[in-house]
Amino acid sequence: MSDKPLNLTVYVWRQKDAKDAGGLVKYDVKGVSSHASFLEMLDILNEQLIERGEEPVAFDADCREGICGMCSLVINGRPHGGFAGTTTCQVHMRHFKDGETIYIEPWRASSFPVVKDLVVDRSAFESIMQAGGFITNNCGSAGDANAIPVPKEQADRAFEAAACIGCGACVAACPNSSAMLFTAAKLAHMHFLPQGQAERMKRTKAMVDAMDAAGFGNCTNHYECEAACPKDISRDVIAMMNRGYAKASLTYRDPAAKSGE
Amino acid sequence: MSWFVSYVRSSVGAKHVMAVTGLGLLLFAIIHMLGHLGMFAGRDAYNHYAHTLQGLGALKWIARGGLLFLVAVHIGAGVRLASLNRAARPVKYAVYRTVRTRPWAKWMPWTGLLILAFIVYHLVHFTFGQIQPEYFHKLDPQGRYDAYTMFVRGFQNTGILISYLVAMALLLPHLAHGISSTFQSLGLKHPKYDGLIDKAGPALAVIMFLGYIAPPIAVALHVIKLPGA
Ligand code: FES
Repeated sequence: MSDKPLNLTVYVWRQKDAKDAGGLVKYDVKGVSSHASFLEMLDILNEQLIERGEEPVAFDADCREGICGMCSLVINGRPHGGFAGTTTCQVHMRHFKDGETIYIEPWRASSFPVVKDLVVDRSAFESIMQAGGFITNNCGSAGDANAIPVPKEQADRAFEAAACIGCGACVAACPNSSAMLFTAAKLAHMHFLPQGQAERMKRTKAMVDAMDAAGFGNCTNHYECEAACPKDISRDVIAMMNRGYAKASLTYRDPAAKSGE
Repeated sequence: MSWFVSYVRSSVGAKHVMAVTGLGLLLFAIIHMLGHLGMFAGRDAYNHYAHTLQGLGALKWIARGGLLFLVAVHIGAGVRLASLNRAARPVKYAVYRTVRTRPWAKWMPWTGLLILAFIVYHLVHFTFGQIQPEYFHKLDPQGRYDAYTMFVRGFQNTGILISYLVAMALLLPHLAHGISSTFQSLGLKHPKYDGLIDKAGPALAVIMFLGYIAPPIAVALHVIKLPGA
């Protein structure tokens, strides 16, 4: 790895607001350290833009350590740049060569409208979570830890699914903008645990229906989501959701429903 | 029944519809292929088989109705999903790379529609007798429809032979993705069987391709001949 600073050509999606048509704009970014992170490269670009009196590029980020799910960006055609198990904030410039051209675009899905430049509105994910991403429980003082025994393997599987940070890379990578990996992960992390069983069918139905209502596309089993997931969540959770939804649709009835519903 | 309608229209329910109708059509395609391999058993055996099918009466019409229903639902649901999926990404990426999907998985709507066109052509040929009317519904010495001779005459025609080979070459990738997908879509999946399922689709697709092209190729190579020829 050389420590020579990089000079790059970047094409960035610029879009004033949700109504603007937007387009790719070419920038030359000079003198980027190979130790910089990808987002720091954008920070450097923004400083150059501000110095020139131009509007800086808007992009999402928060923790910058791969745990919050705020950063996004489709880098050269791959969400988070396509490095295994890596979020955009964890991508380093040493992966790029001097003189390289980099394309940076926002997540593309009708359910993730662009707010500005590279920032998209991911509240469609919130609507899925609000539909069933919880268990019903009495509040009050915290219950005893380990009051409900959970075998280690089962807890591990739940944890693997719960690793989802809700970034939306699965939607961005899917040729159909489907949100099935996200929704299935959120279902699976509860359904591997005893606490998730009581409302299992109701939850499966509610969250899938909310996903459809949000306008995400339909899965056609390409598994690009699995390849793009920075948390390596397996498509197995989707199979589990597919099975669960059939069961819920065919056998579960909301007690409040009228006959025939 | 409103719950059933909302189930089959949902994203996951629609996958189940594609999978179940696809399985039904696959089952038919397997039986159909096995039937045609009967060409290797000679004129008498093949005509007997065709005659038996024709003599099924009401059952024949139930099977035809069922197939028509499966085809209509499979294609109707597929076209609806494809158009919803297009709408789900109104602005395309300037640069978009896929890494996991296989090319033929992306061709599904196109291979599907081309196969539909082929099925129409195939029916016009062998069921309605419009392509080679001179060989249609002729009788063999036992007084049965001479399906065997019609089959041989059909594939002695190079244009017809090539059109069928092309159609089967389209069915191959459609089945390769479709069969493996069925398991994932129905949630019939387990790490113990993953390797098997991933290979089952392409493997069965190749077997069916070979099974389907064997009799026409045998005609072209004069392995299957007209009686007395
Ligand atoms: S900024 Fe938090 S995960 Fe990237």
